[in-house]
Amino acid sequence: MWKPEPSLADLQYLVEKAGLTRDALLSAYRQMSLIRHFEETIADRYYIGKTPEFNMAAGPIRGEMHLAVGQEAVAVGVCSLLESQDVVVSTHRPHHHALAKGVDASKLAAEIFGKQTGLCRGKGGHMHLFDKEKNFSCSGIVGASFPQAAGAAFAFRQRGQRNVAVAFAGEGAANHGTFAETLNAAVLWQLPLVIVVEDNMYADSTPKWAALAQPHQFQRALGYNVPSYLVDGMDVIDVYRAARTAIQRARDGQGPALIEAICYRYRGHFEGDAEEYRTKEEVELWRALDPIPRLGNRLKKLGWADDATLEALRAEAKRAVEAAVAFAEQSPLPDPAEALTGVFR
Amino acid sequence: MRKMKGIAFAIAEAIDQEMAERQDIVVLGEDVTYWGAVFGFTIGLHQKYGRDRVVDTPITEQTFFGMTVGAAAVGMHPVVSLMFVDFLGAGFDQMYNHMAKNHYMSGGQFAMPVTVLTAIGGGYGDAEQHSQVLYGLFAHVPGFKVVVPATAYDAKGLTISALRDQNPVVIFGHKLLTGLPFLPFEGQEEDVPEERYTVEFGKAAVRREGSDLTMVAAGLMVHRCLRAAERLAQDGIAAEVIDVRTLVPLDADTLVASARKTGRVLIVDEDYRSYGMTGELAFRIQEGAFDALKTPIRRLAVPDVPIPFSEPLERAVIPSVDRIYEEARALVTAPARTA
Repeated sequence: MWKPEPSLADLQYLVEKAGLTRDALLSAYRQMSLIRHFEETIADRYYIGKTPEFNMAAGPIRGEMHLAVGQEAVAVGVCSLLESQDVVVSTHRPHHHALAKGVDASKLAAEIFGKQTGLCRGKGGHMHLFDKEKNFSCSGIVGASFPQAAGAAFAFRQRGQRNVAVAFAGEGAANHGTFAETLNAAVLWQLPLVIVVEDNMYADSTPKWAALAQPHQFQRALGYNVPSYLVDGMDVIDVYRAARTAIQRARDGQGPALIEAICYRYRGHFEGDAEEYRTKEEVELWRALDPIPRLGNRLKKLGWADDATLEALRAEAKRAVEAAVAFAEQSPLPDPAEALTGVFR
Repeated sequence: MRKMKGIAFAIAEAIDQEMAERQDIVVLGEDVTYWGAVFGFTIGLHQKYGRDRVVDTPITEQTFFGMTVGAAAVGMHPVVSLMFVDFLGAGFDQMYNHMAKNHYMSGGQFAMPVTVLTAIGGGYGDAEQHSQVLYGLFAHVPGFKVVVPATAYDAKGLTISALRDQNPVVIFGHKLLTGLPFLPFEGQEEDVPEERYTVEFGKAAVRREGSDLTMVAAGLMVHRCLRAAERLAQDGIAAEVIDVRTLVPLDADTLVASARKTGRVLIVDEDYRSYGMTGELAFRIQEGAFDALKTPIRRLAVPDVPIPFSEPLERAVIPSVDRIYEEARALVTAPARTA
């Protein structure tokens, strides 16, 4: 949902109203750059052994790979407002949420490589990331995040704990029964739950016009009396503004909210996706809204950064990613005997 | 100590006694307040703990099972009702793909302390979608502990063990053992201590000792085996009856020891026959007692058809005392194999 680009005066007004500082925006820029570089580096390593013939089982990273290049602003805009005890439940496309929630990039990369040093000691892999310390989890099953985040929110409410739970999901997942069921339950029990629908236009290969009876999730949520926000998911400031209100009211015991973030993934649904369902021109069109240069331009407009500052932040992010991936690559694979442990505690 | 009729009040009492001392326990599910989860497993709890801790949910199995996964991940111990086990299809994704796997998938980071209560079994005319047992499905998926109490004493002790377990435990309570006034009762009134106690998982109970054959069962079928054993005794046949109590973890040692003693084994199950408990137990028994078996292991189970409605049809598929008796007699009189 593209919104008019604000003038300098309006931008200053919006940023101030949102409580955003120079440091916060520079940090968002760095974080988004880190996610972007992380995803692109994973893609680079993923194709090792998978060219010229694409074989999912070959190379250092096995299995499916769903990357979130283009969707960084949603993750950062929301998660930068969360406390460590707040819960995030993510999806099959989880890296940007994990990094934004503070999951260690090295342990994350190591898990993606199936290494002993990974978050889950190589048992989960890219779609099944868990970090108890950061209160982060995800699921490879579409629609699973809604009720699980609601369960954490239920526990917070039960214990009188001022924490919130966030469920991320795609617009495809919003067709799942759990979406409607969870909205109903969350309102019924006034749960501190924020549902973030990342509408990236496609459920796997299915364009949203072919799967959604009406295009907007906020309309469905309003039917349950859930306060809802339609935001430009390619604009971290717009995401942040809505998330701030949603998270604050959930934390204050005023119940759930929904954020519908219109965004776009620049890469396929999964790596190896031939993308027959869209044109290159469409992808290029969305490049104009790339959330990272957009934030960079605004930082410059505000006089809060110049090209050198931005370049330094990107370089810093790159170094962090290189270190994380090197750690993953150099880490040992798990002992096969580990496969037989840990079913029960 | 006092007499108690059936497993329903025993389970509810176990939850009550743990809830009284622990704030982490919360009860969720359809009709868990006034109706005590319909089959009595949560009866009386909401009067004592209120609607904030005993929560009627919308009819949304996928969602309230997902909520238990999320709540357990942040330190709660949810007790959740799956009213009839037949309804698992409406929520199984959250159970077998998440509740049962999150501990393993997370490399041991997330414990998943959830107690699932569910009602099983037929014999009262509820037909195909409300009479199944299906514990074999749960036992098949790694990550669930599968508990099938046959007595009120076990029901209370096993439930307390479940509530203190860090893993998902599914308690399968047979409807004809609940002791509720609107259902036939095939259990027995028995002494149940008023104080709290636990019954350990993975310990089968020898309910009757005998030397001529071993009958192995769970839940309601334990009682039918015991009744068949009484009739066999009148014929001079001494049947040993073993209650497995928990399918996961399974006490194979007790089964093997009994099979080695009697040399003849009949496994009786109210679940479907193929790819289920009977096959698994037979495999475990032959693994440890092959040389001591005098005849092939026999089994009685629901013969791979849905549970039909009409009484003669239903009787034709669920193992009865008569059929257990006849099968046991046939087993005992079968010629022993020669080496």
